[in-house]
Amino acid sequence: MIAFLLKRLMNAAFVMLAVAFLAFMIFRFFGDPVEMMVNEQATQSDRAELRERLGLNDGLLTQYARFVGSAVQGDFGISYRNQQDVMTLVAERFPATFELVIVATVLSLIIGVPFGVLTAVYQDRKLADGLQIGSIVGVSLPSFVVGILLILVFSVSLGWLPAFGRGETVDIGWWSSGFFTDSGRAALILPSISLSLFQITLVMRLVRAEMLEVLRSDFIKFARARGLPLSVVHWRHALRNCLMPVITLTGMQIGNLIAFALVTETVFQWPGMGLLFIQAVTFVDIPVMAAYLMLVSFIFVLINTLVDITYAYVDPRLRSEVAVKGGSAHGH
Amino acid sequence: MKLESRQFVASTALLLACTAGHAEVLKWGANRDIGSLDPYSYGDSFTINVLNHTYEGLVRYDKDLKIEPALAVSWEILEDQITWRFKLRPDVTFHNGNSFTAEDVVASLQRVSHETSPLKGNLPAYVSASVVDDLTLDIVLNGTYPLLLNDLTNIHIFDKQWLVENDAELPTDIGAGTEGYATYHANGTGPFIVESRQPDAKTVFTVNPDWWDTPAHNLTGFELLPVTSAATRVAALLSGEISFTNDAPVQDLPRLEAAPGVNVLEGVDLRTVMIGMSYRDTLDNGSDNPFKDLKVRQALYQAIDMDQLQKKVMRGKSRNAGAVVAPPIPGYTESLDERMAFDVDAAKALLAEAGVPEGFEFDFNCLQDGLVNEEQICQAIASMWSRIGLSPRLDVAPRAVQTPKRTNGQADVYTLGWATLPMLDAYSPLLQIFHSKEGNSGVFNWGDWSFPELDELVQSAGAELDLDKRLAMETAALQIVKDELIMLPLHQQPMAWATTEAVTDMPLFPDNKPRLWFASMQ
Repeated sequence: MIAFLLKRLMNAAFVMLAVAFLAFMIFRFFGDPVEMMVNEQATQSDRAELRERLGLNDGLLTQYARFVGSAVQGDFGISYRNQQDVMTLVAERFPATFELVIVATVLSLIIGVPFGVLTAVYQDRKLADGLQIGSIVGVSLPSFVVGILLILVFSVSLGWLPAFGRGETVDIGWWSSGFFTDSGRAALILPSISLSLFQITLVMRLVRAEMLEVLRSDFIKFARARGLPLSVVHWRHALRNCLMPVITLTGMQIGNLIAFALVTETVFQWPGMGLLFIQAVTFVDIPVMAAYLMLVSFIFVLINTLVDITYAYVDPRLRSEVAVKGGSAHGH
Repeated sequence: MKLESRQFVASTALLLACTAGHAEVLKWGANRDIGSLDPYSYGDSFTINVLNHTYEGLVRYDKDLKIEPALAVSWEILEDQITWRFKLRPDVTFHNGNSFTAEDVVASLQRVSHETSPLKGNLPAYVSASVVDDLTLDIVLNGTYPLLLNDLTNIHIFDKQWLVENDAELPTDIGAGTEGYATYHANGTGPFIVESRQPDAKTVFTVNPDWWDTPAHNLTGFELLPVTSAATRVAALLSGEISFTNDAPVQDLPRLEAAPGVNVLEGVDLRTVMIGMSYRDTLDNGSDNPFKDLKVRQALYQAIDMDQLQKKVMRGKSRNAGAVVAPPIPGYTESLDERMAFDVDAAKALLAEAGVPEGFEFDFNCLQDGLVNEEQICQAIASMWSRIGLSPRLDVAPRAVQTPKRTNGQADVYTLGWATLPMLDAYSPLLQIFHSKEGNSGVFNWGDWSFPELDELVQSAGAELDLDKRLAMETAALQIVKDELIMLPLHQQPMAWATTEAVTDMPLFPDNKPRLWFASMQ
C-alpha cells in the first residue's frame, strides 16, 4: 500500500511539473505583460527596464526553474495587475468557486437521479420522452447561453433573482460563505443551475443506463415475484445498485466543474477563481495564470489519486503486485 | 480617537440622508474592476479615474474640462522659468483626519516619479520638489514646460504620515515580489471615502462629509460593481441592479433606448482613430516599402469610403475626422479637419504614379480588444483597399499579443486611437506619436518616421510658456501631419453611458471618464 501511494505521489508531482512546463511554453504567446502594466507615456527604456526587473528576458527554462523553485516553497509571487500575493488572491477566490461547484453537484444529484430512474422505469410514457428531449437540450446548449437566458427570464422579466454577483457574504475565518445570507443564497441559484445543467443530464443518462441494466437482472425479478411494491423495488433495490458509478462520476466531475466554472463565473460576474483567471489572461498576469493552472491540475490529480486509493481499498488485487485470487462476491 | 468620532459623524450624516430619502447610493456597473486601491500601481487610466473620487491632485478638470484649482489655490512660475511655486489650500484634511500640507505633496511626487513607479512617465518634466513653508512648495522642472498643470491633474496626493507609518513611501515594486499597504487601503482628500473593497465584486465608497469643496452631487455614496460580460451588464441595468454604466454596448443601444426607465447618454469621444504605416526601408516580408511615398499614402487615404464606414460599421454614431485631434483639444483648427475626398479612380492613378499600379502585399495589424468595433473597421477598410488592387493581410489579435509586434516594427499598417489623455492638448500626440523616436519622444512612433521640421516645432512648443504662441506652433505641426499624411485620420469614436431613471443628472464627459461628484439621484 505504501509503495502504491508513493508511486501515485510521484506521478502526481510529475503531472504538475509537466503542467507548469506546458504553461510556461504557452505564456509567451499570450503577449507582453509589460505593455499592459506601464502607462502610455512610458518610454521604451522604462519598458525594457521593467521587463528586466520582472525577469521576463530570461530564457524559458530559467523562468520555469525559478517558478518551480519558489512554488515548492509555497511562493507564487505577486500579481502583476493587482499587486497582491498570488496565493492569497487565489485563496480568497476559492470559496466562491467551491460553493458554486458544490451546489451545482448537489443539484445534479437531486435532480438527475430521480429523473434517470423515471426515464428508465416509465420508458414508454410521454414524461420520459419529455425528459429525454430535455436532456438533449441540456447537453447541447452552451452554458453561457443558458446563463444569459436564465438572467433574461428570472432577473430582467420576473425580477426575482439577481443577475450578477455573489450577494452578501459572511466570513468564517478565511472562508467567505454566501450560504448564510438571503442575498447570498438567492445569488447562488442562477449560476448553479447554469453550471449544473450539463451535469444533471449526465447523471440522468448514466442512472438511466444503469437502471435499465439492473432492471433486467435476476434479483429484481425475484423481488417482483416476492410481491414487493414496485416503488420499493425501483427506488430501493434497483437504484442502490446503480449508485456506485454515479458517485465515482460525480467525484471525478468536481474537477471538471471547477475548471468549467470559469464560463459561468464570467457570465454572472461570480468572483471566483475562473473570473480571476480570465482577467489574468486579458492582462497577461503570468503569476496568477501559473498559480491557477497549478491549482486546478492539483485538484484533478488529488481527486484521481483519491479515487484510485478508494479503488485499491475496495479491490484488493490492486494493492500489491501479487494478485489475490477471487474477489469477494458482489451484492447481487 | 479622532478617527472614531469622524466615523460617527459620517454614519450620522448617512443616517440623516437616508431618512431624508432624497439621496441614494449610486450603483456603478463598470465593464471591469480597478486593479488596486493604489493609483500609482498600474498604468491604467480607468483605475486613476475611479480613484480620483478618493484622491485628488493639485489641480483638476471642471465640468467643461478646463483646469481649475483643487488642492492648490494658485501658482506662479519663478524667474528662472523652470521653478513653479504652488500655494496650497488651507484647512484640507485627509480621510484619516491628518491635515494636508506641502510635505504630503513632496512625498507624493517622489513616490510617483520613483524608479519603480509604472506612472513615472506621467510627470515627464519633473526634477524635484521642495517645501517652502507649510502651504507653499516649489517644483523644479528640467526646462521651460507649459503643460505641468495638465500633468498634475492626474497625480494624486497621498498623506505623507500615512505613507510613512505604513511603510508605503515607495511605490509597490512587483519585481521585488512584496505587497504594498496602499494596494488594500486608501486615504485621500476627495469627495468619497473608500469603505470596503472586494476585488471583482464590489468597492464601496461613502460620501466625505468634511470635503473642502461644496458638493455639487447629492449622493450618500456609490458602489463600483464590475460586470465584465456586456449582456449581463445590460440585463443588470434593465433589472435595476445597477443604476449607471459607463460602457453601454453599441449593439444594445436601440434596446436600451426603447426600455422604460433607462436613459442612454451618447456622445463622441475625444479619441481619434488613425491608421499608421511603416516608414522603414522594407516591409516586414522583406520587400521594398512603398509607404515611404506620399502618393501611396494618399491612395490609401482616398480609397477609404468614410461615409459608408460611418453609416454601416459605426451605425452613424461616429464623427468623421480630418485632423488627428478632436475639436475640443487645444491646437485643433477647422481647416485641419477637412477630409480629402473619397475617390477610387484617383487612388488607383496615384498608385500607378508611384510605380505600384498592380498593388502590393502588406500586414494590417488590428486589435481584438481595442477601439469601438475595431475588427469590423479593419475588415471594411481592408476590402476597400483591395478594390484599388492592394492586398492587405488582416492580422487581428488581443492587445497584449499585437503591441510587441507594433513596437518591434513588425506591423506594416496598424490602427491607433489617441485621446490626448491625460494632457488634453495636441502636444500629447505630437510628442508621443508624430515626433521622431528618441528618448521620451515618439514612443508611439511605431512607423519610425522622422520629419525634422515637425520635431523642431514640437520641441519649441514644449518649451513655450505663452499659450497663443504655443498653440500656433502646435497647429503648424498638425498641418505638417496633414500635408504629409503621416497617419491617416478616420474618426472620433462614439461613446455611450446609460442610467436608470433614478439618476437625474450624470454629465457625460468627452474624455469618457465618469465624475460622480457631479451626479445627482432622485
